[in-house]
Amino acid sequence: MTLQDTLIEATYLVATALFILSLKWLSSPTTARRGVWAGEAGMALAIGGTLLDRGIVDYKLIAIGLVLGAIIGVPLGRVAMTAVPQRTALSHAFGALCVTLVGTSEFYLRSPDIPPFLMVVLAMEVILGSLTFTGSLMAAGKLQEVLPQRPITYRGQNFVNLAMLALAIGIAVILVLHPDQVKLFPALILIPLVFGVMLIIPIGGADMPTVISLLNSYAGLSAAAMGFVLGSKLLIIAGALDGSSGFILSVIMSKAMNRSFTNVLFGGFGQIQTAAAAEQAARPVKSATAEEAAAILSAASVVAIVPGYGMAVAQAQHKVRELYDALTKRGIDVRFGIHPVAGRMPGHMNVLLAEADIPYDKLLEMDVINGDFPQTDVALIIGANDVTNPAARTDTGSPIYGMPILEVDKARTVMVIKRSMAAGFAGIDNPLYYLDKTLMLFGDAKTFVGNIVRELSGAGG
Amino acid sequence: MKLDLLTGLYVFMLAAFIGFEVIRRVSPLLHTPLMSLTNALDAIAVVGAIILAGEHRSNLAAILGTVAIVAATSNIVGGFLITDRMLRMFKSSAPKKP
Repeated sequence: MTLQDTLIEATYLVATALFILSLKWLSSPTTARRGVWAGEAGMALAIGGTLLDRGIVDYKLIAIGLVLGAIIGVPLGRVAMTAVPQRTALSHAFGALCVTLVGTSEFYLRSPDIPPFLMVVLAMEVILGSLTFTGSLMAAGKLQEVLPQRPITYRGQNFVNLAMLALAIGIAVILVLHPDQVKLFPALILIPLVFGVMLIIPIGGADMPTVISLLNSYAGLSAAAMGFVLGSKLLIIAGALDGSSGFILSVIMSKAMNRSFTNVLFGGFGQIQTAAAAEQAARPVKSATAEEAAAILSAASVVAIVPGYGMAVAQAQHKVRELYDALTKRGIDVRFGIHPVAGRMPGHMNVLLAEADIPYDKLLEMDVINGDFPQTDVALIIGANDVTNPAARTDTGSPIYGMPILEVDKARTVMVIKRSMAAGFAGIDNPLYYLDKTLMLFGDAKTFVGNIVRELSGAGG
Repeated sequence: MKLDLLTGLYVFMLAAFIGFEVIRRVSPLLHTPLMSLTNALDAIAVVGAIILAGEHRSNLAAILGTVAIVAATSNIVGGFLITDRMLRMFKSSAPKKP
């Protein structure tokens, strides 16, 4: 090994350590930014080291690629916080694209004599890469609402999907045994590309947090497979880290929805719910005005706000911050209860509230805040529905039965800001709205919260 | 430097265990930045693409390699940018130390 090679390997070693530190520092908000710097330093080192490789004869294409990538990357780093889920899905697609293209090139450079093991990982790389590519593009399209969010299901869907996957694996097996069948290789990309689309069309918007996490995991695994193909330990480690991160998040998301992976992928959830909602007859609810709501809030000493994605859609988070300020100024203890699947991706709601300058120590996890609801005077629900539905605890017939919820019904008073009585995102009726202690505040979240704030400051000043 | 299969599997297994232990400790507060950060780190795949484009062993490999560099670099730049932007927004209500 020449000095140059040793140097390159050394940069990879240091980069690996920096990547692990980067994730370790991300564990707490106080050290998290250091984590980003460590990641950036590791990345710069690894790229710098790679550029020293003696095999490189042409730097022109590399420079063009790096510059173009940076030009595309900067706007993607500057999207609005509400658009982060689709940006994330898009970046999974880009990562998978990179892996698939490299895998394809490696196949054509090395065929026809590819050792069986190499062909196994190469097949894994391109299958996972291409299905993640189209799957993530579909997810991004659904999140951006350029594609219909409602699940599209048809008879025999699972059979078609499984058959496609089996076909792709079958072709991979043939190629492992006969790597000279070069003509078969395009099918190893095309079938998973179609499979990726078919996998995502039956999945509804409510399941997006799980799906994004799952695609994240696939993207990581495909990168790890690429590491095996190229013999790069750095890439295997980065892929394994990304893969396990996506896997952990998928498990957390599935648990929060009380569903299994297979159920999310093969369920077609949205349809069952619409059927359940149709049976509901109109029942009386109590409603209140902003003035009444402000009076109740100002008499409280502990208020829990439960935000859902509807709050972000209404762009109400900054008004909520004003409400938080107005109540805190009166000495009222205000905290936020965040359900793991609030928002469109894991942790999305926390980012939206942090953007509105709400201190992160007031954002409480479901398990933490649930014990406090019996001592809470007012639970104010803004744009959330299913995650507060007590039917998940009591009604065994409900499609969301068993799902962990924020137990707002245990608070002394419940207030729900909602546009109308129409069923929520998942289409399930919510018995919470018919409780004696529940007040419905009908209106646009942003306007209504603004009105409460005005009432509070009018009465106080 | 070539890597034998067994060493590769050991590396993968150990990294997956480390990933599990480290990521389990990340607060749910930061799950969105976690995903954008791991995504940026995953774009280390760019090193493979750089070699492919730089070695120019065939025109196909050079072209696909260059497109792969573009895709991965956009993830690196975009991923680190947005992660840092998000993390800058997380503030504590406790008064800052001077």
